[in-house]
Amino acid sequence: MTDTILETKGLTKHYGGVHALNDADFVLTKGEHVAIMGDNGAGKSTFVRQITGVEQRTRGEIVFDGAPVHFSGPIDAREAGIETVFQTLALADDLNVPDNLFLGREKTKWNWLGPFRRLDYKAMREDTIAGLEKTGVKIPNIRNTIANMSGGQRQCVAIARTATFPSKLTIMDEPTAALGVQETAQVENIIRTLKEQGESLILVSHNMRQVFDLVDRIIVFRRGRIVANLNKGDTDGNDVVSYITGAKTGAEFETAD
Amino acid sequence: MSDTSHGTGGLAFDAKKRSWPNEMNIFIALVIITLIFEALGQLLPYMNGQSMLFDFNTNRDGTILNIARLKIIILQVSIIGIIALGVTQVIISGGIDLSSGPLVGATAMIVMSFSQTEFLPTGSANPDAVFGSWALDLPLIIPIIVGLAFGAFIGAINGTLIAYTRIPPFIATLGMFLICRGIAQAWTRGQPISFPTEGYKFIGAGMAPVVWFIGLAFIFHFLLKYTVYGKHTYAIGSNEDAARMSGINIKRHKVMVYMIASMLAAFAAIVLSSKNLTAQAGMGPFYELYAIAMAVIGGVSLTGGRGSIIGTVLGAMVFGVIQSGFTYLRLDAFYQLMSMGAIIIAAVVLDKMRQERGASKG
Repeated sequence: MTDTILETKGLTKHYGGVHALNDADFVLTKGEHVAIMGDNGAGKSTFVRQITGVEQRTRGEIVFDGAPVHFSGPIDAREAGIETVFQTLALADDLNVPDNLFLGREKTKWNWLGPFRRLDYKAMREDTIAGLEKTGVKIPNIRNTIANMSGGQRQCVAIARTATFPSKLTIMDEPTAALGVQETAQVENIIRTLKEQGESLILVSHNMRQVFDLVDRIIVFRRGRIVANLNKGDTDGNDVVSYITGAKTGAEFETAD
Repeated sequence: MSDTSHGTGGLAFDAKKRSWPNEMNIFIALVIITLIFEALGQLLPYMNGQSMLFDFNTNRDGTILNIARLKIIILQVSIIGIIALGVTQVIISGGIDLSSGPLVGATAMIVMSFSQTEFLPTGSANPDAVFGSWALDLPLIIPIIVGLAFGAFIGAINGTLIAYTRIPPFIATLGMFLICRGIAQAWTRGQPISFPTEGYKFIGAGMAPVVWFIGLAFIFHFLLKYTVYGKHTYAIGSNEDAARMSGINIKRHKVMVYMIASMLAAFAAIVLSSKNLTAQAGMGPFYELYAIAMAVIGGVSLTGGRGSIIGTVLGAMVFGVIQSGFTYLRLDAFYQLMSMGAIIIAAVVLDKMRQERGASKG
């Protein structure tokens, strides 16, 4: 039994002539929280999209939970145990909180009715309250529809959805980009909860303070390549910035280019 | 449950202050429209103080209510109401179905040709027989199955076109609108079909359409509100990308939604042809638009995601009250069309205003 949850070998993605991602070798161990940093267009989101199956890679290998995988879409990835918070939140505005949390995996009764099986509202509501309390998300009334909520509350619902269901790996793409101070703190609390539960996390973020607060390891992307793999204890903000801007390149990555 | 006034994370909220259901607004509108007709009945000199809903003088049915009028109000909207139930779920899923009216005509023709009797009560042979004697005096179940199967077939084509070729629902069902009208006329080269069997006459006899309408309304209220099917229908209409990301099979679901809508329209055709004892190619004129109007008056949002069967039933009642009211005031039918048009526009405007007010709270 290996304790590696995700490994990519030579992961490459070309959009026509644009080399968005080149030979990314990446390892994530179980329970580890890793941040991905880099400038705009450095390949962070491309990297995430290959892992979650939103796009199909040009070349390379992805090993998830000990087996090579080829996800044909985000649903495949979710079934394998990868929960993703997308930048577009993927919430249904006219549904309330439990409906959104359980969308596509509803708790049901009368299962012999097939597609017309009955929803178990009570169980879903109880699980939602338990899930939100576990992650510390504050929602006044979970029966409100998403359309009546603030941006921060929506983000919290989207993140609580991934946190409520046990998964092997959670990926968040800039989860606090549009949030206020309090809401950012809430999201960060959810991430800490995930750490306590021993779930692995990949966090794409531009926020240096947040990254140093939350993760164990920092991966820096530049121009489609991984240029640094830094343990939090061995680095500081200035050091990371110099990798992001290209002033420095990690010794083990010098051969690239 | 809702008796707690605390949300998660210790945030307090007033549990009693539940959001005002849109259905209440429609119900109030229904009451107001009824009161307007009553008031006009009292005020207009030629009406001689006659009331629309009450009958104080004759005590005909043992109550002061004008039962006959109440029956007509609901009876005349029941058949279009059955179609509107299907249209409601189509619109909630973010689509539209224009083909239901002509589908009524086509299904009525096809079904009627399988439900004819061999001999008329006079003893002479059926002069309208479409097929040979093998298709006469068939058991009741056969025309019903044929009709529902035809509806399912047309709905499957609608749904498949919309889900797989991704053409706009408006175009797909507009095409099917013409195709169904064509089928209806081609079936007997425009000849009406008459003389159904005794059993078939029973389906739409008397107040039976109302029973079907109310019964189906209960079933579809349950389907939309309490089943996975309904939840996914709302989710797709609300945010199709989110629904896809959540693992809902959008394509299969859309095909199912359109199939069910067309089967309801086909069933409406069965009830209508049974009630009229005849089928004509032009049956169901404007039914698709009236059905959409009932749903829209009932608060179903054309952008998808919002609306309910209760709303549509109330919308159908508004429709019925207006139709009856104009007859009661002895006003010409064209005023009825004008006011109906105005009410549809007003319903959408009010819905839009309500939506924007809700959104600005964020």
